[in-house]
Amino acid sequence: MTPLLQGLVTIVLGVGGCIAYFYGANLLLDKVLFPARGPKIGRNITRANMVRPWLFLFPALFVLGLYLAYPVVGSFWRSLYGRDGDSFIGLGNYQALFADETFRTAVVNNLLWVLVVPAAATFFGLIAAQLTDRLSWGNIAKSIIFMPMAISFVGASLIWKFVYANDADIGLINAIRTGLGADEAVDVMQVPFWNNFFLMVILIWIQTGFAMVILSAALRGIPEETVEAAIIDGANPFQIFFRIKVPQIMGTIVVVWTTITFLVLKVFDIVYTMTGGNFGTQILPSYMMSYMFRDDGRATAVAFVIMLIVLPVMVWNILQARKELR
Amino acid sequence: MADLRLKGVGKSYGAVEVLKDIDLDIGTGELVVFVGPSGCGKSTLLRMIAGLEKITAGTLDIDGVAMNDVPPAQRGIAMVFQSYALYPHMSVRDNMAFSLKIARKTRAEIDAAVEKAARMLQLEPYLDRLPKALSGGQRQRVAIGRAIVRDPKVYLFDEPLSNLDAALRVATRIEIAQLKEAMPQSTMIYVTHDQVEAMTLADRIVVLADKRIAQAGPPLELYQRPMTEFVAQFIGSPAMNLLAGEIAEAGEVTRLRLPEGGGTIAADIPTRPDDVGRKVNVGIRPEDMVATDGDDYAYEGRVEIVEALGEVTQLYFERSRPEHDPVIAKLPGVHTGLRGEAVRMTADPARVHLFAEGRSLLWR
Repeated sequence: MTPLLQGLVTIVLGVGGCIAYFYGANLLLDKVLFPARGPKIGRNITRANMVRPWLFLFPALFVLGLYLAYPVVGSFWRSLYGRDGDSFIGLGNYQALFADETFRTAVVNNLLWVLVVPAAATFFGLIAAQLTDRLSWGNIAKSIIFMPMAISFVGASLIWKFVYANDADIGLINAIRTGLGADEAVDVMQVPFWNNFFLMVILIWIQTGFAMVILSAALRGIPEETVEAAIIDGANPFQIFFRIKVPQIMGTIVVVWTTITFLVLKVFDIVYTMTGGNFGTQILPSYMMSYMFRDDGRATAVAFVIMLIVLPVMVWNILQARKELR
Repeated sequence: MADLRLKGVGKSYGAVEVLKDIDLDIGTGELVVFVGPSGCGKSTLLRMIAGLEKITAGTLDIDGVAMNDVPPAQRGIAMVFQSYALYPHMSVRDNMAFSLKIARKTRAEIDAAVEKAARMLQLEPYLDRLPKALSGGQRQRVAIGRAIVRDPKVYLFDEPLSNLDAALRVATRIEIAQLKEAMPQSTMIYVTHDQVEAMTLADRIVVLADKRIAQAGPPLELYQRPMTEFVAQFIGSPAMNLLAGEIAEAGEVTRLRLPEGGGTIAADIPTRPDDVGRKVNVGIRPEDMVATDGDDYAYEGRVEIVEALGEVTQLYFERSRPEHDPVIAKLPGVHTGLRGEAVRMTADPARVHLFAEGRSLLWR
């Protein structure tokens, strides 16, 4: 069978199977299980209608369960086993994790990332949205700020490798240092502690555009009269921005903030590309990657820790997004 | 506590002129209403007084001080917006207190001003609610309260009632009238397209049309002695009937021939001998139309539509040329069986208006 034919057959079988399932299951329910006739006709119709939603939801619930719920349980289960995958070691992997110096560094660094990147990206995005709002060339400025969003994290990292290059002829940072009279170039990526922030700059650079676009739309949605009322009430531009505009888009700011927070908790490419987690820049996802294929039990334990950290932020995000919708 | 003077005020957006040569003096304690058709610039004029729009020609003085380049907050004005423009994230109390907080008033001063305004507007039970938990009428009262706490020299109202339903509009209109009574020294400028609001609230109505002031005067003067056809038709509902006519006899009382209805009628408007033969439009308000059997009549025609409102009956007459607006008569009480009948209508000579080239012969 040619691949083309295979594809066609798959599509026909898939779509046909779906139709067959919904039609057949519905028919079974109405004609066989709870037929709309006989002495119990009223009760049968009511029961059929109670069952029907679950019948139709079942495929989706099943797939979600298989690919989302089961992996969570499965991962946790796997994380209780050792390197070979056969020896049950209980919480041994977790104990080993918390005993590991690098893991603790990764947790602290991740915490820094979560504190700094969403805050900075949202802040710069908000400022950019406000400043470009009434400008004739505002849309051009917005496009430029948004552009990094289109670059992959690895691509962005490569660009910043040039900026941070350990050579005054290539690296912007070292060029500036030399211009200010420094003798030797330094490797920016090896400056202890601060190198974490240099890595964060890359993600902030990427995410500011995202925050700006969403917040710009929110700012446009503010009723103009409330701003005019504030002008008449004597508020200056700063007071209008911080006391009238920002509070009115607080819901959107929180959604943007939490959305970027997830991203930060998942990002691994930047650290992996720039430093490979060396020089004290390890974060949880790259730490997990370093154990993958070597010790899957340990790696899944890290994954599980990451999930536990993401969970509360996600719940909050969903609650906020729902509030926005209302 | 303020005299407001507009001298030659105009507004243009680039090459598009929306207002020009607006001259208007508004005295202390006066309530002036701007009316006019949509797009006549009445809201723009109000926003220029507020300082939200730049004045591109002429001068605006408040208490003798030129205000053209003074920022809105320092003009001594307060504005009530059509959409209320409440700050949605602040409680009623904070909404009202905002301007005072910006002005760095003391806590005690702020509380006193807010409490006082809340008492005037019966908003005390709602002070800690957010605007979204209030009804439309309550929101509008908060918007008014926000203006009151600033103790402005001039209150500006931009169609404050048009977002309210009919019943609430009447109630709020009366509240505004009472508010004015309670603050006799405050100058108020009120923009509306609702002529009932204009007639009931105004000390003086300013009709804006075609970029200019068409007429400014007390409500009844505009009703009884309109300067132009436009004002005559704009004030009063249904609009004044205009019938083509010709001056037959001049003098203290003018006699008119009306070719369309075939009748003649007298008008208590003096004319000169050289006016004889002049083409004019004879204006008669629907409520001034009276049925008659005599030979002195303004219009005779078949009744096409009868609207019985109980209190009055409105008759719509067929016209010889369908492009003309129907002639309307508003008769007190209930009249039945008139549909399809030919009826003669006349009017008291004192209630007849004459217009030549769109301007009233009374005002020449």
